[in-house]
Amino acid sequence: MRKSPSAFNMVAVALGLAFLYLPIAILIIYSFNDSRLVPVWGGLSLRWYRELLQNEALLDAAWVSLRLALVSATGAAILGTLAALALARAGRFRGRLPFSVMIYAPLVMPEVIIGLSLLLLFVVADLDRGFWTTAMAHTTLTMCFVTVIVQSRLADFDWSLEEAAMDLGATPLRTFLSITLPLISPAVIAGWLLAFTLSLDDLVIASFTTGPGATTLPIRIYSDVRLGVKPEINAICTLMIGAVAVLVIVASLLSKRYSMSQEHKGALGAPM
Amino acid sequence: MSAISEKGTWARRLTIGLPYLWLVVFFLVPFLIVLRLSFSQTALAQPPYLPLLDLAAGWEGLQDFVAALTLDGYRLLFSDSIYIASYLRSLQIAAFSTVMLLILAFPIAYGIARAPRRWQPLLVTAVILPFWTAFLIRVYAWITILQRDGLLNEVLMMTGLVSEPPAWLATDTAVYLGMVYSYLPFMVLPIYATLEKMDESLIEAAADLGCPPWKAFWTVTLPIALPGVFAGALLCFIPIVGEFVIPDLLGSSDTLMIGQTLWTEFFSNKDWPVASALAIVLLCVLLVPIVIYQNLQTRAIEERR
Repeated sequence: MRKSPSAFNMVAVALGLAFLYLPIAILIIYSFNDSRLVPVWGGLSLRWYRELLQNEALLDAAWVSLRLALVSATGAAILGTLAALALARAGRFRGRLPFSVMIYAPLVMPEVIIGLSLLLLFVVADLDRGFWTTAMAHTTLTMCFVTVIVQSRLADFDWSLEEAAMDLGATPLRTFLSITLPLISPAVIAGWLLAFTLSLDDLVIASFTTGPGATTLPIRIYSDVRLGVKPEINAICTLMIGAVAVLVIVASLLSKRYSMSQEHKGALGAPM
Repeated sequence: MSAISEKGTWARRLTIGLPYLWLVVFFLVPFLIVLRLSFSQTALAQPPYLPLLDLAAGWEGLQDFVAALTLDGYRLLFSDSIYIASYLRSLQIAAFSTVMLLILAFPIAYGIARAPRRWQPLLVTAVILPFWTAFLIRVYAWITILQRDGLLNEVLMMTGLVSEPPAWLATDTAVYLGMVYSYLPFMVLPIYATLEKMDESLIEAAADLGCPPWKAFWTVTLPIALPGVFAGALLCFIPIVGEFVIPDLLGSSDTLMIGQTLWTEFFSNKDWPVASALAIVLLCVLLVPIVIYQNLQTRAIEERR
């Protein structure tokens, strides 16, 4: 018999969640505040969203960040999935240990070190710093997160499905595209999403690797925030939270529907 | 057998080779450049360091290059107390934050593990979700609350708990608050993962044998949760040592954490060799926890097979 949670258990969880969500809720509420002074409530208004539309520096930065996140998340999803397949499937190969070290180390490596080292690489390679150098930097960091997510999905992957396809004469590429990829796609999508949000979020690494003309949203927000709290920042943060929330919910619904349809097919014994 | 596990196929070469090459170029090589730069000298030139390797001069060029390398950067680190103080402060803040995170996260993780089964995925998602909203935004949200005429002081004044609004921003309290807030999901999830697998009948058996609840917790629950506690502690401790955003936005500018010191050396003082030496020493400090964490990770994935 499972014991039901005690009052202490419930209070701990409730307080923990309140602690996590309260600051975000306050931020969202105050983005609709008409008053310029943040703590003073001046009534409900969309004033700061209107002002945001006029703030071209902030909008430009948001556009840069969005493109950056799209490019680097896509690169990271491809490279990270390949790396996960290599670690899960390739068995022993020369240099496997350094490979796995290079995958796990960036996950916990302080961002200042990653940023500094990539900047020095671009200086030595004589590349002009800007959008593409930052895209490469973000791809490097986020591909490791994709690898970890996809690898954990591959850990309970039924490899006999692949063997069956190959036995029936499918080429390796076809086997990958029609068997392996669809089965691991929820993990790849989750990895892509995580890479996307990590890129959208990054301040430290981008500060090192970007150059004039490619100011990202976090860099712009950071320089504004250092001068004090501005209501427009509340508004753009609310929009970002909303966008990410929608993305995460859509992705989780998609993956749920997907896994349900897979189970359904399996139950009916229908061909894939 | 899939194509990836067969030796010599193009699929295998591509699958291993492409990410491998990428990581060598964008992770290993940059790291070696940092290492090399930490033995260089600052120069008023572009790039702002010496010596430069002159490949055209061949063997002699290499000899000159090696001869001109210096330990000055490191000597400066260990002779100027600013740097040592900065390292110590980072380690102290990280250690203290990790302990607070443990104390706060354990009851939350325990509570989720004890919740009805069908609620658990929802609760876990609720804990992860803030992690998906930008880190910078979450730290920024605290500024609104903690500033002098912010919400916290408003509430404190209204309830009459204080007569003068105390300063919260630019204090250590704000830094700890920011750390605990930002890293809480990283501590809750690993602990929950171990507690969730726990066999509840163990507790019942202990109770049946006359063991008081606190003792059952101490001798049964805690040892089972230990791997999760360990993983969570490392997952928080390592990045907190190198944290930049939280101390920079919420802390005072009198005492800097090592991430901020590195940032200042690089961006304000333009001293690339010292910034590189700082990075190398920081990495050496973190090497032991990183290696332990890596082993835990690899073992956890291997066990799932």
